[in-house]
Amino acid sequence: MDFTLDSETIALRDAVRGVLGRTYGSSEDRRAVTNDEPGFSEDTWGKLAELGALGLPFSEDDGGAGAGPIEVSVVAEEMGRVLAPEPFVESVVLAGGLVAAAGDDAQRADVLGRLSAGEIVLAAAIVDSSAGGEVTASGSGDSWTLTGVKEPVLHGARADLLVVTARTDEGLGIFLVEADASGLERTGYRTHDGGRAAKVAFDGTPAVRLGSGDQSDVLEDTIARARIAYSHEAIGAMDTAMKTTVEYLKTRKQFGVTLNTFQALKFRAADLYVSMELVRSTVLWSTLVLADAPERAREAAARAKLQVSRAGRHIGQEAIQLHGGIGMTAEYSVGHYMSRLTAIEHWLGDGSDQLRTLAATVGDHGVLDPIG
Amino acid sequence: MKLRLSDEDAAFRDEMREFFTTKVPQDIRDTVAARRELSKDQFVRAQQTLNEAGLAVPNWPVEWGGKDWTPLQRHIWHEEMQLAHVPIPLAFNASMVGPVIAAFGSQELKERFLPATANLDIWWSQGFSEPDAGSDLASLRTTAVRDGDEYVVNGQKTWTTLGQYGDWIFTLVRTNPDVKKQAGISFLLIDMTSPGLTVRPIELIDGGHEVNEVFFEDVRVPVGNLVGEENKGWDYAKFLLGNERVGVAPVGSTKRLLAQAKEIAGDRLSDPILSSRVAELENGLLALELTALRVVAHSADGKPHPASSVLKLRGTELQQEVTELLVDLAGPDSLASGAGDGSDVPDWSRVATPQYLNFRKASIYGGSNEVQRQIIAGTILGL
Repeated sequence: MDFTLDSETIALRDAVRGVLGRTYGSSEDRRAVTNDEPGFSEDTWGKLAELGALGLPFSEDDGGAGAGPIEVSVVAEEMGRVLAPEPFVESVVLAGGLVAAAGDDAQRADVLGRLSAGEIVLAAAIVDSSAGGEVTASGSGDSWTLTGVKEPVLHGARADLLVVTARTDEGLGIFLVEADASGLERTGYRTHDGGRAAKVAFDGTPAVRLGSGDQSDVLEDTIARARIAYSHEAIGAMDTAMKTTVEYLKTRKQFGVTLNTFQALKFRAADLYVSMELVRSTVLWSTLVLADAPERAREAAARAKLQVSRAGRHIGQEAIQLHGGIGMTAEYSVGHYMSRLTAIEHWLGDGSDQLRTLAATVGDHGVLDPIG
Repeated sequence: MKLRLSDEDAAFRDEMREFFTTKVPQDIRDTVAARRELSKDQFVRAQQTLNEAGLAVPNWPVEWGGKDWTPLQRHIWHEEMQLAHVPIPLAFNASMVGPVIAAFGSQELKERFLPATANLDIWWSQGFSEPDAGSDLASLRTTAVRDGDEYVVNGQKTWTTLGQYGDWIFTLVRTNPDVKKQAGISFLLIDMTSPGLTVRPIELIDGGHEVNEVFFEDVRVPVGNLVGEENKGWDYAKFLLGNERVGVAPVGSTKRLLAQAKEIAGDRLSDPILSSRVAELENGLLALELTALRVVAHSADGKPHPASSVLKLRGTELQQEVTELLVDLAGPDSLASGAGDGSDVPDWSRVATPQYLNFRKASIYGGSNEVQRQIIAGTILGL
């Protein structure tokens, strides 16, 4: 049992922190980037590729770096720390993860090679429109078409390639769709956290199938990986939100004294620290499970995301409240942190969804052993 | 970073598990499992069983019976003991006065007290809190005035847990009233059979007799019973309380209790309201346990990690929440706490409410949870 990072991983973390710190040195820098299309810095995306960050989870044969969940978690956490809007988890862990799990040798080498090099952005279209329009696939072999609507598809308008889930006669299938495919209509918009999403409509759109048979398990396993990576992104965001709030309490004066004079506020800050340490522990553990005991990864991901849900709401809400009015402004940082934490919570299953999963199996074991 | 225990630590865990589940007398483990009060004799037999195997005081220096274990191994020892329903060695002996004597006591005090303390031949009581010195412990007023080769002690201590069994009491006493309050305190060991010392029970809301008041009227104590230097007692007390906080997050026993609650709930776990409450508690306990492991990994220098306040705070909250769950599971049967032989109410239901009431203490003792928040805000966040 060991929770410390090795020196190589620390070097990776510092390099990513350096690149992101240059682009997002202040909240205003980030706001400027997210106000422009495509909602993130293409230049920074390229720099992340140069560091090898975009190929971390993929094998060297596929053009990746052959690293593991720990390295991915470190990058995600740094993204969260400054709310970097580049679609690292969306494109690399989720969409890229589906290609890595379902694609054949040639598909992986082509798509993941270009992704690792920063040449393309992938988007995962895995949520069917709540207004109906489940995406279905018809065809066989090398000839497939998709029909239906996915929404929201994060970064779906900018993406060069879409990784799409669709119903087939043999269960859930995973498909690749080119950005310029016929019968594809993408309507992009901003999300509340400064990100981008799109409605993506397919109408007899040609697609390439990844793998065969029912791919539900591939999807669930990849979602578990993404939940864990998002949990790390959330940890980074919560850490900054908490530290910013604590600093504010030390400097903001009212009634002629700094706010940290008031015990009511100090105690609430102490509770933020408690939430922060607890969620950090669970999320670190979930990555260790993914690395060393992947058969428990779905459970660990649910546990991490539940803890992130509870802590994210607590820290996000209190960060604004303890700041007062300034925390409500777009010019100041903490409100954006709460907005991002709220987005992460509701993507790939919220706290209640995780709790439902865990509650259903709570009678299956006695004492919960995190190591065994 | 890695998840698994090393082969060495895994073997250590198996060894501990084997010992605790096969060598500690079954009647004692059954009493703990049934959440019934242990007798003095059971406490003593349990600790002597551990001590015989060298497992009672691993946190002490090796020359006094301690073990050269890593912090992780000590954690495993502590957890496995709780999971096996084995009573933890008496805290007053094993984690409070023993380490203080070992660290600050004279060679004579060490030889006289440490072996008997490890073996629970001497039952120690704690004489810290006073009626007007609770969270503000340093304002204590019990005095010790030097008279030749003796101190004359006058005053009152309170909340002395299991003081009815005590042979000796370690006390904080004021030896200099004229300096800053922390600078005039000494750490004095007092024979509880001394003339002028009386112990009076305090009945608690659960109906039990767990704590006491201890009165001192001109109690004469040899100066040789002073630990370390006169007026340095506050330093020793801080050392002691730091140790207390580390062991105060009862992860293993709370996990075990939650597992018992699930067993009791049985088919009722199909109720989503109940099962989600249990799942949320289980996730909270997981976060606590993992935080304890992180703290353990980073306290290699022997000093308590500042985040140990998190463990005390959240550990006691979860302990209380699980005792609360058991009362709710018992429902109307939870009123039958006084039921005798003719009653059909199961044993676990009878003890549920007294234990729930009793464990309100957990967020008060060992530095109340408000004191822990103060520590977190001050020493960690710099507020």
